[in-house]
Amino acid sequence: MLEVSGLTRRFGGLLAVADASLHVPAGSIVALVGPNGAGKTTLFAMISGFVPSDSGKVVFAGEDVTGLGPHVICARGLVRTFQVVQPFGRLSVRENVAVGTHLRVADRREALARATAVAERVGMGHLLDRPAQALTVAGRKRLELARALATEPRLLLLDEVMAGLNPTEMTEMIRIVRGIRDGGVTVFLIEHVMQAVASLAERVHVLNQGRLIAEGAPAEIARMPEVVEAYLGHGVAERMTAQAAGGAR
Amino acid sequence: MNARLVMAAGLAAALAVPYLVRSDFWLGFLITVLLFAVMGMAWNILGGYAGQFSFGHAAFFGTGAYAAAVLHIGFGLNPWLGLAVAALAGGLVALVIGYLSFRYGLRGSYFALITLAFAEVLRILANWAEFTGGGVGLYVPLKVGIANLQFSGKTGYYYVALGFAVLSLAVGWALEHSRLGAQLMAIRENEDAAQALGVDTFACKLKAIALSGALTGIGGGFYTHYYLYIDPGIAYGPGVSVEILLVPIIGGLGTVFGPLLGSAVLHGAGELARRLMGDAPGLNLIFYGVLLIVMVRFMPEGLMGLVWRLRRRWRRVADA
Amino acid sequence: MLDPIILLPAAINGLTMGAVYALVALGLTLIYGVLHIINFAHGSLLMVGLYGAFFLHRAGLDPYLALVVMVPALFFTGYALQWSVIGKASHGSDQNILLVTLGASIVIENLALYFFSADTRTIDTPYSFEMIDLGVALVPLPRVIAFAAALVLAAVLWFLIARTDLGRAIRAVAKERQGARLVGIDVDHIFAMSFGIGTACLGAAACLLLPMFYVSPHVGHVFVLVAFTVVVLGGMGSFSGALIGGLLIGVTESLGGLLLGESLGQMGIFLIFIATLMFRPSGLFGSRLS
Repeated sequence: MLEVSGLTRRFGGLLAVADASLHVPAGSIVALVGPNGAGKTTLFAMISGFVPSDSGKVVFAGEDVTGLGPHVICARGLVRTFQVVQPFGRLSVRENVAVGTHLRVADRREALARATAVAERVGMGHLLDRPAQALTVAGRKRLELARALATEPRLLLLDEVMAGLNPTEMTEMIRIVRGIRDGGVTVFLIEHVMQAVASLAERVHVLNQGRLIAEGAPAEIARMPEVVEAYLGHGVAERMTAQAAGGAR
Repeated sequence: MNARLVMAAGLAAALAVPYLVRSDFWLGFLITVLLFAVMGMAWNILGGYAGQFSFGHAAFFGTGAYAAAVLHIGFGLNPWLGLAVAALAGGLVALVIGYLSFRYGLRGSYFALITLAFAEVLRILANWAEFTGGGVGLYVPLKVGIANLQFSGKTGYYYVALGFAVLSLAVGWALEHSRLGAQLMAIRENEDAAQALGVDTFACKLKAIALSGALTGIGGGFYTHYYLYIDPGIAYGPGVSVEILLVPIIGGLGTVFGPLLGSAVLHGAGELARRLMGDAPGLNLIFYGVLLIVMVRFMPEGLMGLVWRLRRRWRRVADA
Repeated sequence: MLDPIILLPAAINGLTMGAVYALVALGLTLIYGVLHIINFAHGSLLMVGLYGAFFLHRAGLDPYLALVVMVPALFFTGYALQWSVIGKASHGSDQNILLVTLGASIVIENLALYFFSADTRTIDTPYSFEMIDLGVALVPLPRVIAFAAALVLAAVLWFLIARTDLGRAIRAVAKERQGARLVGIDVDHIFAMSFGIGTACLGAAACLLLPMFYVSPHVGHVFVLVAFTVVVLGGMGSFSGALIGGLLIGVTESLGGLLLGESLGQMGIFLIFIATLMFRPSGLFGSRLS
């Protein structure tokens, strides 16, 4: 579904993303993890057209979408959510989601009806007439997700959708995301909360300082020394194995 | 209270006005109210719904006014057609200004500044050019007749203005219930998020400014044939830009009836102020400025916001 | 027409006017740099300064001496305006601030129209027509004084911002509002101080300007867009930008007026303004207060 090859982005002297290549198969849930500042959101921004890449290619569903504008890419079926939620504050939840449904349908009544259906699917049916700015963090995250779903995407880029949620809300969100995938949408998510990654992702890519350093199933990558080092620092992996070996003696 | 019944009653009352109100002065007052309701709605489309504040709407007003004047005086174009041309002219200038501003990503204060600059440029050009009559301006020759959009009394003008006011309400209502309206409001609330949802923000903003410019242009054309005189100061001066934007701000940004309400209150209060404080130069503008500050300070949602709050309270009381 | 004999004096004239523009722009850029608001009332406040200097002159005070009165007067006016009107009404929204400063400018301008009528007024001083021979050109004394004084005042302003405690607080608020609040800086007070200093610049500019210009209720209009052009050209919040931008615009205006005639020459400035906004909105020197 999504093929990223050699994406690179520099900001001034800083190399934010260096030669990133990965593949997201259709119908899967793939996660992108890495320490803070690794460049994950920048990578998402490049894939979805918000930030131009300095080099590299993005191929979505067989079409080259490199360099296209964000609204064009969205229309093709690749939509992203934002790490810092961006609700349309003064519009109601229904009207918010309707902006998404309007991508596919011009009639106002139809758009609102479809928006209602999408909102109910993610469990926001009771909040439809509430202004978006009155929602809690969890509510806004769910709204962000609903809006993206409303555009009838084929691939959904979720940027830290679990951040700020308590355990109950998180369990619910995991259920919703799984439901989205079961409904036929491929999901590519950035996540910090390892528990969510472990529950949802079939495959995980690890980004550190702009480079993809590891790839594998969630259980595998947790044990990879490069990954441990990326999060905990240089030499830690060795020390940990040495300690384990020392302890076993 | 059925909303439709209220509107029908309102329309009937509006149609009956010239028979109930015999004073030429008050008819003239109402014409001004209606004219600015139209242009206020135009500003509202760009500023209230799309969230792009223009401080130079005079650019569209003046262009419409001059287009109508020049083509009528110079080429004998029928004034009614002239109104259509004025709309076209206003819309075209709007497209140019919009293209230049939006293409380069200007938003917020920068956008307001550049619209101000464009209006000033046009004013200087109108002052300098010969075909606009330069600083002296243009006089529309007197020739009463309905085909010439000139009436012996105010009644004819009143109905024309009323017609356009109803048109502007229809445009506002249609916009609010359309895909474009939803997209504009999304842009207003959060332009990046709108883009992420597939909204072509550049195209939408262009449509909004073109519509806004065209509607304002009609106002300009009407002005020319009503007052029979236009000059660069009137056409492109800051006075009309401010008066136009005050209307929806007082009435309520992003609402259908806001501009009409705002125009009525603005000009009504202005008239009151004039009676209390006299007709000295500058007084009415002092009043407008103070009103602007007061509205932004105490009632940023405008009068319609107040109406809705009252309505909600009334409904809660009724349900209790 | 392009003979240096004509161009040079025009350019020098432009420089002297440009220094005044720079002073006006410094105030505007300070206000923008700290409060992040575009002060539409800037031109009308300059007009207030000009009227102040005018009436002081009528009362017998030389405009250059009037600096001592007008600078503090405009400072307090600006402080009060920000504290009681602009700060209170904006509710933090950018759009609202635009409207409020626009409203303030309309009120101020038309109050002047009401009280002083639309007449254009000038003053006559004993040195109004004294010329200084610079070799390549004869320049009126008031213009030379304006040039020198503007540069001196810019230096004073720089010193204030760069080397004093107040300046440090102002820079802190400009860079990081919340952080400044957290370390105990009274942000509202700093806002008002910055606005006041910005308008104090106008008081100074007014005194320097009056001997070589005129005053009328609408004189603010002339300066507002020029000031914006300078600030946008030089870079919002940039000191050196305002200075160099001011001089550049002054020269451009003078040469433009020479080559295109008075009315079209004015347009040259607006076209520069529009072009800058389109192609390089961050200006020549970028954004932070420096």
